[in-house]
Amino acid sequence: MTRRLFLTAVPVKAVMDKKVLIAMSGGVDSSVAAFLTRQAGYDCIGVTMKLFQNEDIGVSKVKTCCSLDDVEDARSVARHLGIPYYVFNFSRDFKVQVIDRFVAAYESGTTPNPCIDCNRYLKFGCLFQRAKALGFETIATGHYARIEMRSGRYILKKALDKSKDQSYVLYMLTQEQLAQIRFPLGELSKSEVRSIAETQGFCNSEKPDSQDICFIPDGDYAAFLEQYTGKPYQTGDVLDLFGQVIGHHRGAVQYTTGQRKGLGLALNKPVYVCRKDMTANTVTVGPEQALYSQELWADDVNWIAIDHLSAPMRVYAKIRYRQTEQPSTVYPDESGKIRLLFDKPQRAITAGQAVVLYDGDTVVGGGMIC
Amino acid sequence: MIYADNAATTKMSGAAINAITACMQDTWGNPSSLYSLGQRAKETLEDARERIAACIGASPKEITFTSGGSEADNQAIRSAALLGARKGKRHIISTAFEHHAVLHTLKGLEGEGFEVELLPVGALGTVTAQQVSEAIREDTALVTIMYANNEIGSVLPVSEIGAVCRERRVIFHTDAVQAAGHLPIDVMAQNIDLLSLSAHKFHGPKGVGALYARQGVPLTNLIEGGAQERGKRAGTENVPAIVGMAAALEESCSHMAENAAKVSALRDKLIAGLSRIPHSALNGDPVNRLPGNVNFCFEGIEGESLLLLLDDRGICVSSGSACTSGSLDPSHVLLSIGRPHEVAHGSLRLSLCEENTETDVDAILKAVPEIVNYLRNMSPLWKDKVSGKRAFVL
Repeated sequence: MTRRLFLTAVPVKAVMDKKVLIAMSGGVDSSVAAFLTRQAGYDCIGVTMKLFQNEDIGVSKVKTCCSLDDVEDARSVARHLGIPYYVFNFSRDFKVQVIDRFVAAYESGTTPNPCIDCNRYLKFGCLFQRAKALGFETIATGHYARIEMRSGRYILKKALDKSKDQSYVLYMLTQEQLAQIRFPLGELSKSEVRSIAETQGFCNSEKPDSQDICFIPDGDYAAFLEQYTGKPYQTGDVLDLFGQVIGHHRGAVQYTTGQRKGLGLALNKPVYVCRKDMTANTVTVGPEQALYSQELWADDVNWIAIDHLSAPMRVYAKIRYRQTEQPSTVYPDESGKIRLLFDKPQRAITAGQAVVLYDGDTVVGGGMIC
Repeated sequence: MIYADNAATTKMSGAAINAITACMQDTWGNPSSLYSLGQRAKETLEDARERIAACIGASPKEITFTSGGSEADNQAIRSAALLGARKGKRHIISTAFEHHAVLHTLKGLEGEGFEVELLPVGALGTVTAQQVSEAIREDTALVTIMYANNEIGSVLPVSEIGAVCRERRVIFHTDAVQAAGHLPIDVMAQNIDLLSLSAHKFHGPKGVGALYARQGVPLTNLIEGGAQERGKRAGTENVPAIVGMAAALEESCSHMAENAAKVSALRDKLIAGLSRIPHSALNGDPVNRLPGNVNFCFEGIEGESLLLLLDDRGICVSSGSACTSGSLDPSHVLLSIGRPHEVAHGSLRLSLCEENTETDVDAILKAVPEIVNYLRNMSPLWKDKVSGKRAFVL
């Protein structure tokens, strides 16, 4: 009567390449990904990662990702598909790998992208580790991106539906990880996905797409930082480009490069945050032209389409999630960092954000702007 | 399949199933109806009440039927709090490792202006009557302390605590959900004013429980409506389930000593066997312990993985860190006895009953070390510990 879901025998190495663990958030995309994986004949289980409790992030009864409702939605879809379903508690890892990094980045003056850290350390880190322990060699997710094999390397490509493409937040996937990931939605449009969900009668087929940062549902990251760290951020000086004090701010962490609104300055011309000095607790503002620059450096570099960069290469680079790629040239550096020279100056290149390099639809690699 | 999660729920006994079936077939009337079919249902209900009362040394009119242990805990605590508040007493004493039905009710009361003092439970997971005595104040409205802990199995000195509370004229509630049917209970001798129990922990049906309230301790309604249960709990009584609860409790109580002897022997064999796993530790009081409870922490593994791999071998267990519903805490109980987060995540609870056998124990003692070893070998964290990069906690 025993279900043999995981390993035929511990510790014999698992050899079942047909077993897939589906990461289910309770949303439409991962539900349809689960359906497609099941339909393709794989032996699967659905898993929701429980990442935090609302009380821990200072909100109560607000709809957030990974809430109990989402867990019940995912469970309902899994039951509908006839696949076993589990909830894994990764709250400790999420706190250390995502929230603490997020806070540390802001406190050091950069602007983090927690979704990238979550993919890197949680979905394709902790969850991978757990899947392996349970004898699953493959993970499927509802990301919009494609993985292909080209001359011995796994290649990450944009989704066919360019409006939903999520390859930007996946640039840090390694060859080992790519070999074990399936993105069943890579060739579908969002409307096709919704229509599959409706046809299947999934309870969440009309659920809106998730927005913003899941652990900051109201988008007020400054309030989150204060609540989470328990320290009120000190007021400080706002400087102009010449270092003259022209006003005061309510804590430098609250401002991000390129920001115009909420500066509380009464000037006769619009000014934008150009840079921050966290040690001196100053925010420097200037006219929009001052935001533009043609060059950036990035570290924590990951290559996908190539093994490494040995010579300058023409690429199209994206410096934030919602941006059209910009033509540029990437230069290798002995330090392991990369230098990127854009053909045209770019507005508000922001430290802490990812720069992802494309060659057409293919992700060449990427790094973190420093 | 080996079922070793009897603290979560138990398999219904034949006696309970027979009683329920008979009641559904024969005495299915509404106990509030005047005609004889209803009267027969009422008689069945009152007979069950008498039998349950007898099992814990109470009188029948001190028993109110509820939907289970959680409702009984809620009603007991809210009733005592209201009673205290009328006399200006707003201080409540409890422990850090109560069931959430107690802790969350207390949290609610805190929001309503009550002051809740949670006694620390120490490394063994228990409190002393002296701790309680020292905590009692002029304005203490209630002491609510569990009879036995659901996770780590510690049995608390309820009789001593009861004596202290009676002497100091403070109402004493005990959540006896894990104890009823397994440990002797005598509410009179133990000076218990309020006691909660739940049928499915002693081979009865789910969704039914009872609240004992000593005569003179008035209950406040959580559910308003008709005059069932002397007006203290509205809603047509779940007669079949109540009858099943009575049958199960009677059976458990009449075999209590022999069951306890058998089950604790199996428990001790498990504890001895699992203790041989390096970097492991038993949780809870090794002496004053529920007969069927075994709870260990294994360093370097995650309880969730252990649980699923044991399930794969047909062994049903639970882990303090398993995230099934809402809670992400690595078990507030394990944290309360001082286990660090890292170790608390690698916990395993086995809870046995009289249906378990030596063969079950042998199979568990074969499976757990193998799986712990397997998971440790896969863990980068464990490799760091073995190589000395990180220190061992246990």
